[in-house]
Amino acid sequence: MIKRVLIVGGGVAGTMVANRLAKSMPKEVYDGKLEIMLLTDSVQHIYQPGFLFIAFNEGFLEQFQKDQRELLHPKINLIIDRAKIIDVKKGRVVTEKHSFNYDFLVIATGSYPDMNSVPGLAEAGHTFYTPEGAVKLRDAMLNFKGGTLLLTIDVPHKCPVAPLEFIFMADDFYRQLGIREKVKLKYTYPIGRVHSMEAIASWAVREFEKRGIEYEVYFNLEKVDPAKKLAYTMDGSEHPFDLLVSVPAHRGAQVVKDSGLGDEDGFIPTDRYTLKMEGQDNVYVVGDATNLPVSKAGSTAHYEADVVVKNIICELKGIPPSHRYDGKAFCFVETGLKEATYITFNYKQPPQLVPSSEMLHWFKISYNEIYWLAARGIL
Amino acid sequence: MSEEVIITKTIDARGSYCPGPLMELVKAIKRGQVGDVYELLSSDSGSAKDVPEWVNKMGHELIYCKPEGDFWRIAVRKTK
Repeated sequence: MIKRVLIVGGGVAGTMVANRLAKSMPKEVYDGKLEIMLLTDSVQHIYQPGFLFIAFNEGFLEQFQKDQRELLHPKINLIIDRAKIIDVKKGRVVTEKHSFNYDFLVIATGSYPDMNSVPGLAEAGHTFYTPEGAVKLRDAMLNFKGGTLLLTIDVPHKCPVAPLEFIFMADDFYRQLGIREKVKLKYTYPIGRVHSMEAIASWAVREFEKRGIEYEVYFNLEKVDPAKKLAYTMDGSEHPFDLLVSVPAHRGAQVVKDSGLGDEDGFIPTDRYTLKMEGQDNVYVVGDATNLPVSKAGSTAHYEADVVVKNIICELKGIPPSHRYDGKAFCFVETGLKEATYITFNYKQPPQLVPSSEMLHWFKISYNEIYWLAARGIL
Repeated sequence: MSEEVIITKTIDARGSYCPGPLMELVKAIKRGQVGDVYELLSSDSGSAKDVPEWVNKMGHELIYCKPEGDFWRIAVRKTK
């Protein structure tokens, strides 16, 4: 009897799960005993870390996207359609015109930056977390002749080191353009230090002081007045800006909310080790879609995908799924336009920072291309 | 006489380094209603200092902050 693994979402997590599963079970796939179906609403697959480079005019969108079909194993059944309801009780996913049953479901529906999460933000602020936002911000940054560039950060958000990368790259960017002395760079963070990880925060403060980047902690944005160019925070204070760049709160996918599967932000309660949706034995959740207290980042999705694929293979073979996710993440951190560092950590091991170097920057730039091997399930 | 605390939601942030336990609490409080009580479980001993500082700065109410085995149990009421 044919078994069907249905994957909803064609981002990092969904694409890796589909390809790794197809490559790991070639006999079953070619004999028609296993159908791997990937349901996504986009014909394009976008490498999201590229947005940061687009914002600084260091790359263009076409460099960071490929046709989804081109990335997938030829035996994966790609369906381009929008999932409207995920019905885990009946074991099916419903789109506008179709309904797909499954034996195993993998929910990889991701998250999106919600610029409407704070009143006035969508009108007044820029973000580099979407392709159109990164292009719009690039133009604004190139036309910026001086004043205060204010960076605000909300939770939860993808890639927790990206705001630091942004401000360091902005420092280099305006030095390169010769107008750094006219640009006041102001970085903010919601808690009592400039990053949630103490080691990163201590390092970043030293860098801020060295580079003349201003920073403010306990900064929790509550509303923005686009006409007056003022940002207001939870403690009642106001903050002027000339260019507002924001990392807004992220939310889970609409289909998760519409299906009643998520918490108040649309993230799905997930077992932190098995990655199964709570209360559902044949449903896995990977990537940003989970409610896990780990970074919403491509590397997290990558390591989670490894675990999910191994466990699905076990279950298809009738073996208990014994693989466990240990919370692992690995993040490059661009510390300027020509240098980078990295951090890695898991549920038990806190991160250690290594010194920045040009070599690590080139490794990161190389990974922008190597990524396509990872998405194909090769790396 | 001690008042019984009704927990609106428990946030299990044990093992979280990035974004970290306090950021998980900030997220919940921002989305919550005035009067809601959030209980944070954290295996990071830094939370015993960071969380009360943030709560004090933002004007919310710290109900308790106590060690339990190898983690901390911290409850906060949203006051505004």
